[in-house]
Amino acid sequence: MAKVKSYIPSDFNIERDPDKCIACQVCVRQCSYEAHIYDTEEDAVNADESKCIGCQRCTVFCPTEALTVGPTSNPNQKANVHWTEKEIKRVLKQAETGGVLLTGMGTDKPYPIYWDHMVLNASQVTNPSIDPLREPMELRTYLGRKPDMLQFKFKDDGPSLETILAPQLKLETPILFSAISYGAVSYNVCESMAKASKAAGTFWNTGEGGLHKNLYQYGNNTIVQVASGRFGVDKSYLDVAAALEIKIGQGAKPGIGGHLPGEKVTEAISQTRMIPVGTDAISPAPHHDIYSIEDLSQLIYALKEATNYTKPVCVKIAAVHNSAAIASGIVRAGADIIAIDGIRGGTGAAPTVIRDNVGIPIELALAAVDQRLRDEGIRNQASIIAAGGFRNSADVVKAIALGADAVYIATAALVAIGCTVCQKCYTGKCPWGITTQHPQLIKRINPDIATERLTNLLRGWSLEIKEMLGGMGINAIESLRGNRLHLRGIGLTDTELDILGILPAGR
Amino acid sequence: MEYVIIGNSVACLGAIEALRSKDKDSPIKVVSDEPYPAYSRPAIAHYLAGDISEKDMLCKGEEFYKKMNVETIFGRKAIRLDTKNKIVTLNNKGKLHYDKVLIATGGTPFIPPLKGTGKAHILTFTTWDDAKKVKDNLDGVKKAVVIGGGLIGLCAAEALERLGVAVIIVELADRILSPALDEKASKILEERLKEEGIKIITQDTVTTITGSKSSKACKAKVKSVTLKSGKKISCDMVIIAIGVKPNMELVKGTDIKSDRGILVDDTMQTNVKDIYAAGDVTQSYDFLYGTSRVTPIWPRAYMQGSIAGLNMAGERQRYPGSFDMNSLVFYDMPIMSAGLHTPREEGFEILTKWEPEEKLYRKLVLKDGFLKGFIIVGKIEDAGVLTGLIKEKINVENFKENLMEEDFGLASFPKELRDKKLKES
Amino acid sequence: MKKVYSKEEFCIGCHLCEIHCLVQHSKSKDIIKAFKKEFPRALKRVHVKEKGHLTFAVQCRHCSDAPCVAACLTGAMSKDERGAVIHDPDKCIGCFTCIMVCPFGAIQPDKRTKRIVAKCDLCPGEETPVCVVHCPNRALVYEERKEK
Repeated sequence: MAKVKSYIPSDFNIERDPDKCIACQVCVRQCSYEAHIYDTEEDAVNADESKCIGCQRCTVFCPTEALTVGPTSNPNQKANVHWTEKEIKRVLKQAETGGVLLTGMGTDKPYPIYWDHMVLNASQVTNPSIDPLREPMELRTYLGRKPDMLQFKFKDDGPSLETILAPQLKLETPILFSAISYGAVSYNVCESMAKASKAAGTFWNTGEGGLHKNLYQYGNNTIVQVASGRFGVDKSYLDVAAALEIKIGQGAKPGIGGHLPGEKVTEAISQTRMIPVGTDAISPAPHHDIYSIEDLSQLIYALKEATNYTKPVCVKIAAVHNSAAIASGIVRAGADIIAIDGIRGGTGAAPTVIRDNVGIPIELALAAVDQRLRDEGIRNQASIIAAGGFRNSADVVKAIALGADAVYIATAALVAIGCTVCQKCYTGKCPWGITTQHPQLIKRINPDIATERLTNLLRGWSLEIKEMLGGMGINAIESLRGNRLHLRGIGLTDTELDILGILPAGR
Repeated sequence: MEYVIIGNSVACLGAIEALRSKDKDSPIKVVSDEPYPAYSRPAIAHYLAGDISEKDMLCKGEEFYKKMNVETIFGRKAIRLDTKNKIVTLNNKGKLHYDKVLIATGGTPFIPPLKGTGKAHILTFTTWDDAKKVKDNLDGVKKAVVIGGGLIGLCAAEALERLGVAVIIVELADRILSPALDEKASKILEERLKEEGIKIITQDTVTTITGSKSSKACKAKVKSVTLKSGKKISCDMVIIAIGVKPNMELVKGTDIKSDRGILVDDTMQTNVKDIYAAGDVTQSYDFLYGTSRVTPIWPRAYMQGSIAGLNMAGERQRYPGSFDMNSLVFYDMPIMSAGLHTPREEGFEILTKWEPEEKLYRKLVLKDGFLKGFIIVGKIEDAGVLTGLIKEKINVENFKENLMEEDFGLASFPKELRDKKLKES
Repeated sequence: MKKVYSKEEFCIGCHLCEIHCLVQHSKSKDIIKAFKKEFPRALKRVHVKEKGHLTFAVQCRHCSDAPCVAACLTGAMSKDERGAVIHDPDKCIGCFTCIMVCPFGAIQPDKRTKRIVAKCDLCPGEETPVCVVHCPNRALVYEERKEK
């Protein structure tokens, strides 16, 4: 039986300027989707636009800038805000395959971005600004349980601290690399994040891929994740890490688990995740030993026992409707750090409907959680890390003002090393060499270069944070935490302002 | 320390460069019976065809000797070597004293027994002057017979054909280029030459050259040649290009030991102290055959001259031995052969791919996991990688299958071997 | 002497080194003109070798005891003041003996003119050879290493 003709037009147009194209074939070689084809007889390059996914690898690498790749827009289709081209194509795809539509990275739906509706204060006249280039400006912060009170003993030679402090993570800047699993991305990407965190004095997160033996040397900067599949979790994994993170949920796909197809489970991944080569790596939706908050507490303390109470234990949840109540339960269950991941969070693979429709924006969840913990008088018992689509240092500063201790970035980190958010990570053919295990493609990330890019990103953002803090007349990041009076809302409803706990601009 | 070098081709150049790298001041004298600074003998056919200018024929240029502080005695032949008193006598009765001498006299053309050689337009093809003579005598030459289907003969034949002369090659062996090629490769070459109109007769040789009557005004002109088989071929020019043999005149009557060539040890010294020899005149160790042989190959001559020079300057350097290597291009067809390419004994593993219509041939000879020789016609890119495997005696057992691939190169090496080559060079 | 070294673990087989080498040795030194307007086109001196997923660039190693210099029948291959091995196309008779002795396969024949491809000359006049400058993944480095 003949294959059903596809009704789906190409997503992208490839335009090649004939005056500039020198038929060098760099685009042919760089496109992992084989959208460019070299015609030997004509000594010319042509394109099969149906294969193009708009990743822009070819346009960046073309030595004469002869290529333009852009989204198609079908002029034959009547303009329709409801039945957009995207929605129509999705229906057609499902009609042709009968399957679940998959996607990668974070949702691109036009939900309001509350960061862009908040503005920061600056000092004028009273409370003068501070110049970060000339005066001390501290971005250092600590993540972990803070004591309810400090008890001192006073001796002849001075006071000494009696209170035993819970283990803390020391950050030189309030930005960490969020969980990205080895398997979702290539080894070189993991190595680059590890090296960059070490250079910048912050931390990276293994995600649920386990920790490759060669990266144990960066243990002091590594947060290891204990996810529902428990991949790679053994004693050495816990011992080498600086902190442990129990993953309950992920902002991009709250409520469901993860899936790494067997084809991507290579020898190296098999060893790191501790599963047989070629088997699918399925992380179930719940941890099958956590069905109540008491179960979570049990796991938290099991990990603390296993590591002798020397490392902070973090619990990561997706931002959903009852985040505040859930967060309160988690803190009381004994977590030292709580990480909340908003709807804009990224993923290597998730069903499109889940990514686009489940979860809430981090801004609202963060404000709600911070307020609830303060109301209950337990805010000091856990640090809050906010995650989910942080794009620049202003987003970071606003998050801290809303109540976060620090911020997790993942999409921004991948964009820094080349990702163009084409959302095709799940195909395993990432032409930038990031979300792939293909031996030819993984070479495209040179850890030396990627580490430099990541370190530069952290440095740039840190300098900008200092500028904004200085402008506000603050000289330590910890003085900004939860300091909502430095924020004002623009174009927000009264309810939104109320949930965010900020005043409208003008007041 | 007085150094004298007899002979002024590539072995001499190697020796001069090596000597001067160790000893900047001691006088060096070079004697040559030719009037030119060192030039490329293999290039004379190209000179004839017009591919290369006179200036570019000189290997190191005219200023080389002055730059190297070397005294040149060109146009004089060394006729006697007094090994006891260490004196070289020249043909103008001049005498040169030496503390160390290098005999680098190369080869002389092999002249077969022929009747009727006293005519114009019968020429050898070994020196630059030979090529110049051919060039100067081409007027009215429509057909030429080249005696010898070896390297020299074929090069001369191509040059003449490109200049518009009809050429017939007469070769004694059963195939052309017999020392360098096997039957299959030779066949491909023969077909290619025939495509250009060159006629080839094998298993025959010229016995008599006949011509017009000579007179007082001019020499007799060549009219035809008669072959051993009885065949008669009309022609206006005969080129004798059978080959060269080591030019050992100088050592006749001395106590210097020689066989088919002058015998040298692995420091290039002869059996007589302070007398060295290098280049085409020597018979030296071939590590593939395991015996000493005469191997008139340009790179070998340079290397031997270099090693002789170092040893003469007092630095002990051993000659690692060499092997046959030939690279030629006839019209658009490149051919390379190296080492033991057609062994007669048992115990060799021979891999071949013969595509005569495509004009391609690839033959590799292995023994006990080592590459011993090859012949390639056509796709000669990366052939040097194979030569490297022979020279460095690398065991190829693990990647034997890859050797026959046309694009065999460093990418086909096992990673360790490739890293060693690329990271340390 | 500084030389160009290739790191196969980072070579992405894009061939941009070959393209820029060609442009550097062209008449116009402009990439579009060099490819579309110059006849015959200039020649590249670096060669990307490929086998399966493995790719890496090979160019003349400028060996200190270069076998090609010893083997060259006319002296077209020689060493310059920098110690680099350079090729004079006027002296070249296209015998390919250098190709036969180069253990790296770094010299390629030019079938159009019957001369070998002009060889890597370490871009005289440039601070860093252009192949190194334009490699997008730092798979080519220009540094001095001790020779064994």
